Amino acid sequence: MGFIEKYKFQALLFMTAQFMKQTSRMRPSFKKRLREKNFTAQIKTMDNSAGRYFTFKNGKILSRSGLHTHPDISLGFRDAGLGFRLLVPWRNQQEMIDAMKNFCLTMDGPDELTYWFMQTLSQMMSAGIKYGNDMGKGVKRYVNNSNAGALFVDVKDNKIIRMTPIEFDKSDAASFTIEARGKQFTPPRKGTVSPFGFSLKSTVYSPDRILYPMKRVDFDPKGERHTENRGISGYERISWDEALDIVVSEIKRVKREHGPGSILTSTASHHNWGNIGYYLSAHRRFSNLIGCTQVVANPDSWEGWFWGATHHWGNSMRLGGAEIYGTVEDAMKHCEMVVYWSSDPESIPGAYSGFESTVRRQWLQELGVKTVHINPFFDPTAALFGGKWLAPRPDTGNAMSLAIAYVWIKEDLYDKDYIAKRTTGFDIWKDYILGKEDGIPKTPEWQEKETGVPAKDVRALAREWGTKKTYLAAGSPGNTEGGACRCATGLEWARSMVCLMAMQGIGKPGVNMGNMTYGAPLDTRFYFPGYAEGGFSGDIEATASAMNMYQRMPHLPSVNTVAQKIPRLNIPEAILNGHTEGYPNNTKSIEGQFVKFSYPAPGYSKVKMYYKYGGSYIATMNETNRYVKAYQTPEMEFVVNQAIWMEGETKFADIILPACTNFERWDIGETSNAGGYIIHNFTKMNHRIITLQHKCIKPLGESKSDYEIFAELAKRLNLSMYYSEGMSELDWCKRMFDASDLSGVISWKKFLKKGYYVVPAPQEALKAPTAYKWFAEGRKKDLTEPIPLPSDYGEGYLEGLQTQSGKIEFECSSLKRYDPNDPERPTISKFIPSWEGPHTTELYKKYPLQLLSPHPRFSFHTHNDGKDSVINDIKDHRVLIDGYYYWIIRLNTKDAAERGLKHDDLVKVFNDRGAVICAVHVTERLPKGTAHSSCSSAIYDPIGEPGNSVDRAGTINLLTSSRPVIKKSHSNASNTCLVQVEKWKGQ
Amino acid sequence: MKKWSLIIDVAKCEECHNCFLSCKDEHVDNDFLPFSLAQPRHGQRWLDILTKERGQFPLIDVANMPIMCMHCDNAPCIKKAKDGAVYKLDSGIVIIDPVKAKGQKDIVSSCPYKAIWWNEEKQIPQKCTMCAHLLTDGWKAPRCVQACPTGAMSILNVEDTQVAEIVKEEKLEVLHPEWKTLPRVYYKNLYRYLKCFIAGSVAFQKDGITDCADGAKVTLYRKSEKIGEMTADNYGDFKFDNLDEGEGYRLEIAYRTYPVKTVEVSLTASQNVGTILL
Repeated sequence: MGFIEKYKFQALLFMTAQFMKQTSRMRPSFKKRLREKNFTAQIKTMDNSAGRYFTFKNGKILSRSGLHTHPDISLGFRDAGLGFRLLVPWRNQQEMIDAMKNFCLTMDGPDELTYWFMQTLSQMMSAGIKYGNDMGKGVKRYVNNSNAGALFVDVKDNKIIRMTPIEFDKSDAASFTIEARGKQFTPPRKGTVSPFGFSLKSTVYSPDRILYPMKRVDFDPKGERHTENRGISGYERISWDEALDIVVSEIKRVKREHGPGSILTSTASHHNWGNIGYYLSAHRRFSNLIGCTQVVANPDSWEGWFWGATHHWGNSMRLGGAEIYGTVEDAMKHCEMVVYWSSDPESIPGAYSGFESTVRRQWLQELGVKTVHINPFFDPTAALFGGKWLAPRPDTGNAMSLAIAYVWIKEDLYDKDYIAKRTTGFDIWKDYILGKEDGIPKTPEWQEKETGVPAKDVRALAREWGTKKTYLAAGSPGNTEGGACRCATGLEWARSMVCLMAMQGIGKPGVNMGNMTYGAPLDTRFYFPGYAEGGFSGDIEATASAMNMYQRMPHLPSVNTVAQKIPRLNIPEAILNGHTEGYPNNTKSIEGQFVKFSYPAPGYSKVKMYYKYGGSYIATMNETNRYVKAYQTPEMEFVVNQAIWMEGETKFADIILPACTNFERWDIGETSNAGGYIIHNFTKMNHRIITLQHKCIKPLGESKSDYEIFAELAKRLNLSMYYSEGMSELDWCKRMFDASDLSGVISWKKFLKKGYYVVPAPQEALKAPTAYKWFAEGRKKDLTEPIPLPSDYGEGYLEGLQTQSGKIEFECSSLKRYDPNDPERPTISKFIPSWEGPHTTELYKKYPLQLLSPHPRFSFHTHNDGKDSVINDIKDHRVLIDGYYYWIIRLNTKDAAERGLKHDDLVKVFNDRGAVICAVHVTERLPKGTAHSSCSSAIYDPIGEPGNSVDRAGTINLLTSSRPVIKKSHSNASNTCLVQVEKWKGQ
Repeated sequence: MKKWSLIIDVAKCEECHNCFLSCKDEHVDNDFLPFSLAQPRHGQRWLDILTKERGQFPLIDVANMPIMCMHCDNAPCIKKAKDGAVYKLDSGIVIIDPVKAKGQKDIVSSCPYKAIWWNEEKQIPQKCTMCAHLLTDGWKAPRCVQACPTGAMSILNVEDTQVAEIVKEEKLEVLHPEWKTLPRVYYKNLYRYLKCFIAGSVAFQKDGITDCADGAKVTLYRKSEKIGEMTADNYGDFKFDNLDEGEGYRLEIAYRTYPVKTVEVSLTASQNVGTILL
């Protein structure tokens, strides 16, 4: 037995040497690699009874059986049998991980050599792989993926020629078909792409790409650091070695001098796509390995739903939003009207899903389903589909909700049976609506004073809604997120959305939430990970890895030993004041959000080094002059930014590490699959499109993939084997392929070549049932989502909702338990005037315009703006005036006339927090008194001292308040902002 | 023989700019000789979207009209160009030869649709090629059509006789037929951009409460001729569309037993006459 095992082990080692030599002869790239290092690697059993060594010298390999006296590195196996089993390419990955965890596999020697050796073995296997399709004339068609959708990428001579939507071929799975009202509907045989998807070529080849590591000119890690000059002084090119050495020595120094917690790290929202080189994957693994104070994200864009709606019906793991399944088919079959309320899916369909749902809204239109649009802005969805437009003043939507409930109560237009069986606390809310509690009946006339919308129109809407089977589309994807939930009254508005749906009996045929964005009939049982499942992070605490990935793809765990956290919206306060507080986005239970935390955490160091990874908080977070000041304090001793582009925030770093885009490296990912963050987010799609994200071109300049940058740092910290498990990015793609259901339906070779797989639509019996139907019918929950968690059911498992009563609660038991007297979040939804609006009289006199600042339509956060991107030429995005691309702000015709402004005039938009120069667009698409300008300018261009001067690049979030929606939350109110606008006179 | 034509439905364009951006993705930094040299990264709009808001708050609509080279069958640019620098492919597409057209700035101003752009650096006139290089290679549609998510843009590759039938059947129009350039780009629902509407809301008061006059009968006259009639919806709203600018419009509103109300309208642009309280 032992002899045979040893023989097999020795033979395999012999073959490895032969194979390496042969690959070197056949593959020039491999041959070149072998010339990189001169050293001896040994592979042996731990008892030294068997082994072989490989000496690399000037590109040649000398290999001998037996043990070397002084090998530079040594790979040891517990026994020969294990060694054989783990060295073959068809190894059992679980056994490999078990061996690593239990010290049955050891690696001795400097990381520089061990990492190189393992990568060389990996490249030996992958040298000569074939991928992509030959299109003739020297053009190769690759596949990649993005926030905008899946893409074909045509490349010639290592240059991207074009990026197009993926058009399916005959071998791809059939699309779904929906039969409704005597007609059949099936989507086009292609993927759709968001506008910014067509700018990606221009941003890959942007003049703002960072092509070399850089150091701020007046930053000396061993001398004067001049932190006050961050954002002001320029940069000089340095070598990768110098940059990496500085970063590593600073990591070690701050840990040594200040202790655990001294490294702060934060990431951008999704500036790339994939499951490997992602912020929740490679970045999370690396940051766990060095131990970081992580940033706690606020439930950004979900504010009112998470902090408000959750308490009425649970769904904490959907951040308080509604169930999603089956709603496309149900709406097409049964609904008579869709009320879009702060819902503009044609601009932002939630995220990532291109224009997949547009055709489905067109189907509804074809079926004669009426539409109503409630939004201060006459948005592109309203413009495309028509129907009644009601434009409440920003931040007043809840007054209208309450008035609708008033009409329903007075005119008996709600489902009393449903209220009796499926809800609690209605009478308490009813008394409030009717004015029995505060003496103010919430009549349509009462709401008119708040919203500006005529009482007669609200009455007409309420009557139609109360008599027609209606879908409420609240928020951009129709069941949560964006718009009205992101303002000072956002909690109360979102809460009322739930209450109104309860009054109409959500879950009955044609009565539900959605706008066709979610809930397409796709296969939810076919497993492929979404990004929030943490890729290869191994982090089962901070990602959704535990749900599937950790077991399906055996890999080493990673644990962040630093318990200290900083609430994202308070990063500046944490740095500048040295302390702050926050509430977590713990979605496991309704109560998770109540558990306040403080910074600094007991016994931890304050943050002294900032590892910023991708994207810009300056422009996406509120009151962003705070961030500028936080960067310039000497309290923050070192800042490194790992970035693709020189964006607004990049230039505040001491060291910049140039990362490449996901077109320049390998990854694997499914379009619109967010994993645990938004379970089954891919039901926004018409087809599930899973892509092997080809490395389309080589990284530009000296830029490297994020995976590689972290590996380089890990090498200098003796962590490279732990970090990489000896794998290349492509190896991880393969492991993820093997771990998913893909490996059962397509071969790796074919997937690697073709680059995508379309998951077949499910057969009728396996289609997901309709959201809330189970609830309306009083049955056990039958949806394919593993939420809420078992212990959150009050009755039997799957019986009822996550609330204490298991019902929709008009009066929230969770809030009664937590803080029944919180005036900002009462136990029932009430009208609470905005803390920055017409009721704040003095401020309103000074700043009489209510500014809406939604996400931009043409850029995904800051990622596609600026950078000399082609989107800058979109007239609705920026305007070129005197050689400068100015951000636009929309103003009502009368407001413009009062200020003597005409189209494309430059204006100063300002309040006490800052000032921004924009180009004005004069419009009737807004009511008087309302302004509209998106957030997320990629450029921050102060005309004077950073943090204290007028910005001319359109950084609208300089103006928005850092005040949370309510004190007991971690939230922003982006759509609550009073400003004044005046003609810019150039001073 | 089969020729290419484009059809654009103004009612389906939502100004997402996928057409505009995919055109840039295709043509910026890419030469496709003999059809085109690269489009500059900024400044040129081989495909432009013109947007028009109609009406006044809160009764408005928005129309978006993509325009580009009309690939005219009687193209002024072809006539203007020297040395055959602008020519028509058998497939109907108008091409500016980037080599022969060098220095011929006059070609730019010859286009009444303003669809030709001057490349200062290369000293050439440039415009939409309908992605002739792709169609020649067997693509079924140019980039703009492929990228359009709403079906607002579509392409035909049929005999001209068939085009004529489709034009008639679908009530397609061309922009500025009076210029007689015979464009190959056809529009549907062009009235949304070119014509006017009269809209308003009808309301009544009863017991001190104002309500929408659901079902009010609204009749539109021009001079003495009755040109339209409709029933106000549950918001009391009505809208007469596809109207010419001009004087002499009159609305008559009848509802229940209320006296008939008359509103005179003069149209210089689309008009929301506001709430008519009976």
